[in-house]
Amino acid sequence: MRIDGKGLIDRTTPISFTFDGRSYRGFAGDTLASALLANDVRVMGRSFKYHRPRGVLTAGSEEPNALVTVGEGAAQDPNVRATMQEIHPGLVARSQNRWPSLDWDLLSVNDLFSPFLGAGFYYKTFMWPRAFWEKVYEPAIRRAAGLGALSGEADPDRYERAWAFCDLLVVGAGPTGLMAALAAGRAGADVILVDEGARMGGRLLAEVEEIDGKPGHVWAEEVLDELAQMDNVRLMSRTAVVGAYDQGTYAALERVLHHTDRRPYGAPLETFWRIVAKRAILAAGALERPVAFRNNDRPGIMTAGAVRAYLNRWGVSAGERVTVFGNNDDIHRTARDLMAAGVHVSGVIDSRHDGPVSHDYAVWRGAMVCDTSGRKGLESITIRLPGGEEKIQTDCLAMTGGWNPSVHLACHMNARPEWRRDIAAFVPPRNAVPGLVPAGAANGSFSTAACLREGLVAAQEALSDLGRRAVEMEVPAAEDGSYEITQLWTVPGKGRTWLDFQNDVTVKDVKQAARENFRSVEHMKRYTTQGMATDQGKNSNVAALAILADATGRDIPDTGTTTFRPPYTPVAIAAMAAGAEGMAFKPQRFTTSHEATVKRGASMIEAGLWYRPSYFPKPGESTWRQSCDREVKMVRESVGICDVSTLGKIDIQGPDAGAFLDFVYTNMFSTLKVGRARYGLMLREDGHVMDDGTTARLGEEHYVMTTTTAAAGEVMKHLEFVHQGLRPDLDVAFTSVTEQWAQFAVAGPKSRELLNGLLDAPLDDADWPFMACGPVSVLGVAGRLFRISFSGEHAYEIAVPARYGESLFDILTAKAEALGGGLYGMEALNVLRIEKGFITHAEIHGRTTAFDIGMGRMVSARKDCIGKTMAERPGMLKEEREQLVGLHPLDPAGKLLSGAHLYREGDEAIRPNDQGYVTSVAYSPTLGHMIGFGFLRRGMAREGETVRMVDALRGETTLCKVVNPVFFDPEGGRVRG
Amino acid sequence: MDKLIAKSPCAGLLPLTIGDVTLTEEEAGAMTVLTPRKGKAEAAAEALAKAHGPAWPEPGRATGPAGARAIWFGHDEVLLMGPDPDKSLGQHAYLVDQSDAWAAVRLEGEGTEDVLARLVPIDLRPEVFKRGHSARTQLFHMSVSITRLPDGAFLILAFRSMAASLVHDLKRAMEAVAARG
Repeated sequence: MRIDGKGLIDRTTPISFTFDGRSYRGFAGDTLASALLANDVRVMGRSFKYHRPRGVLTAGSEEPNALVTVGEGAAQDPNVRATMQEIHPGLVARSQNRWPSLDWDLLSVNDLFSPFLGAGFYYKTFMWPRAFWEKVYEPAIRRAAGLGALSGEADPDRYERAWAFCDLLVVGAGPTGLMAALAAGRAGADVILVDEGARMGGRLLAEVEEIDGKPGHVWAEEVLDELAQMDNVRLMSRTAVVGAYDQGTYAALERVLHHTDRRPYGAPLETFWRIVAKRAILAAGALERPVAFRNNDRPGIMTAGAVRAYLNRWGVSAGERVTVFGNNDDIHRTARDLMAAGVHVSGVIDSRHDGPVSHDYAVWRGAMVCDTSGRKGLESITIRLPGGEEKIQTDCLAMTGGWNPSVHLACHMNARPEWRRDIAAFVPPRNAVPGLVPAGAANGSFSTAACLREGLVAAQEALSDLGRRAVEMEVPAAEDGSYEITQLWTVPGKGRTWLDFQNDVTVKDVKQAARENFRSVEHMKRYTTQGMATDQGKNSNVAALAILADATGRDIPDTGTTTFRPPYTPVAIAAMAAGAEGMAFKPQRFTTSHEATVKRGASMIEAGLWYRPSYFPKPGESTWRQSCDREVKMVRESVGICDVSTLGKIDIQGPDAGAFLDFVYTNMFSTLKVGRARYGLMLREDGHVMDDGTTARLGEEHYVMTTTTAAAGEVMKHLEFVHQGLRPDLDVAFTSVTEQWAQFAVAGPKSRELLNGLLDAPLDDADWPFMACGPVSVLGVAGRLFRISFSGEHAYEIAVPARYGESLFDILTAKAEALGGGLYGMEALNVLRIEKGFITHAEIHGRTTAFDIGMGRMVSARKDCIGKTMAERPGMLKEEREQLVGLHPLDPAGKLLSGAHLYREGDEAIRPNDQGYVTSVAYSPTLGHMIGFGFLRRGMAREGETVRMVDALRGETTLCKVVNPVFFDPEGGRVRG
Repeated sequence: MDKLIAKSPCAGLLPLTIGDVTLTEEEAGAMTVLTPRKGKAEAAAEALAKAHGPAWPEPGRATGPAGARAIWFGHDEVLLMGPDPDKSLGQHAYLVDQSDAWAAVRLEGEGTEDVLARLVPIDLRPEVFKRGHSARTQLFHMSVSITRLPDGAFLILAFRSMAASLVHDLKRAMEAVAARG
């Protein structure tokens, strides 16, 4: 019910919105909760487990009940707190966890079975049969219990992540935060003031208060105006600080567009901020706690602070005949505010025996509410007096069990809050998050005067830490009232007294946990689910542990709290992952030939971050194998072109470059002649193979190392480590030049013919034997040529500065095609290398040694190298280790599969009989059957033996012959010719 | 007769103006990584200043004007941007040609800090990251070098192969900042 003349809403701007398909009207400045209350909508959701009708409990981000789904289709947003959602034209909200409707929910039948559904019920009941949990019970339970759902479609909204830096971060813009920001802002510090609400001011907007003789909200507005004028102050509203992390880093979620239906192109719906602050002030205020009594969950029962907030800020009375119940002086403030607004107050129930009395309304002292009634909303309450029980007609009960300071951020680094008996609440520990100082209500100081004072002091402290001079300032005059509280957690009696509204946990559930020996607060939480889900127990944690303390005969500080973890309020994964959707998940690396390759219809595969062509389909080819076979044949018979720029290239210079390479490679490089390249093998410190590749000597002091595509970064890191950590004595420098050069393989018997049409000086065998390298002039551009081969054919790799890459690729392609050749992709490259017996990371996969891959003799005996000693450990040289072998099926039509395991021909295919596994396979068009590599126990000694390949996953069995891994041209005549 | 045609890393991707911020490809000239030979740091610095003008930059700094910039580029590394390196440098430093390895872009206009704050995790506020400051850092998922040039614009260097991702990420951030108005 709206009260004329009350509230800070803009009554000149009416706004229509829909809830559950019905249209309602509110005003600018309304939240969904305030607008629904103004329209006398009391039921806003159904509870998690028992589907009980629930209304709004609070007026803030801690709301456990009034969770709705906003929006429709792919963009729908579940579990939005109606207390935080501002209304705007076009807002479409729906209630959750009900079927078919909020008013008539079939699953509310759960409520009738509640005696059986208490804490631990699922654990005990659905244990048998075991297999049923995952397939039957869990899905059924999940369907019945739960919150809102995502659409299941890709989110069409944009989100973003951003960083901000400041001297002082002030969390919360109530009286404490405003005072702190003002003091720090006037002193010239870089300040960020953050508040989760749409409008800054905190409780000053919700209470009848005076500061400096002005209404609190007017004072707040004036301070905000002054702050907005300062270049050194940044105001961030609709932004919740959700986590405190190392080195003054705070996470914050900004709701950028939730308050409007405008979606400007490129704008984010939410921004996930990381704010790095030299100092921070926690001015997050306090959260009011409900009291647990029988049927305390009916719509119409809410916290007293919320009742005042709806009245004073939004001009809404939550009922026509209001009763107030509590254990501290706030009960009278609530009654006074309501009376002043003309709302009927049926009476105040004070659990204290010695509280103040009133001449304006009835006060029952030493009394408690012990039951309520009303099916879809509160109709009456029963109060227990020293002399008996009394029933009172009321449609709204404002309750208060006291206030809990918002200690959360101060505890995010695993500290626990400290108990203060005088206010019966936990307060933040000091110095638990370095640089963060709690102040005001968040620090347990509840009066407005105390908040202003502490805000100023905290700011002065921070300024002094920052080496800044504070500006002389007075604390403005404000209310400094008392907060006389006696502890009241639960009203004894029969029936269900709700503790955690969001998870439907009752006092009885907590006691049950204690009875079953889940006495630790952490165990109690898991057993009852108290404190879980979107509100994370903000309304119930302290009461639950107080009840647990009582049930286990301990006091509250001994019982302790559960761990406080980020986020303070829910954060969409979409916000944390912003920008990394789809292909933006990782940066994409494109070669200079990428566009031309895609244009030719090549299907691309990812190699690390790079994109490489898999094969180049020609008209008439319907499978990849047809294209691949043709490309292999082309390289063997004429000439093929392949972009190999993705391989790592490291420029190594210095008088000690040779010595450095001798130390990182197993074989010798200091003896390599200028103008020659050599294959090298590199070990990790533990003696296993790290990487391989060719390294060329371009000058006396100048080498260029090639790494595999996948290991380029790892090898660079390794070299840095070796140089800085192990051999700083060597005068050597290295730089990655992978990006500098576009490099192409020109492979096949016609490769020299092709290159001679391109190079400014023709090649001859005398100057350019196998493994020669050196500078060349390519159509007038200085390039490099390497006569190396990964195919076993007469082949070269030609490199030019990357700016010419695309152009050279086009020319090479045209020339190759003119010679009957063309482009080949990774599939053909793989077949060619397997035919020739060349390994890749499929074989040097991290668990194999030089000995295993048949390169034991490449570990030079004449020098030391990284990994040499460790590779000499007895286990690394054992005869029965699995060694690299070639495999081909006995039946030429037989299939080989990578990942399959090898067994002796007569053995059963079970684990104890395992003899090895297959790493690489290919159909060899050259040989007309499949070939492969595998690792087989004592493999090198078993050439000629028949083994059985079994792929248990794909159900394939093939008899194979063990052969030398070099299938094609073992003498190497082709590569040298 | 065939002829090799040069193509710049951001050809076809830039220039781009969104809101008040403009992103263009920078004409970098030659780019050479200099690493002093062992014990020759001072001599290398002298040679650099003598041959090309700029002082050898301290870590996190850049020196020299457009056409002859020296940018700190990592441990014992300086990127000389603009001139072909004089032969005298080679006596005291190892030189590696990187002219084609890096995509160089320039981001300028009102709100560039806001754009970069969406992608770069370091403090780029003008009073902290001043003209002549430089950093090797991250831009979204990419390793980059960022320098605030004497005219206030940002020079960003990223791997040539990642030019498309660089422009994509910057464009998105520019759109988000422009949309906020």
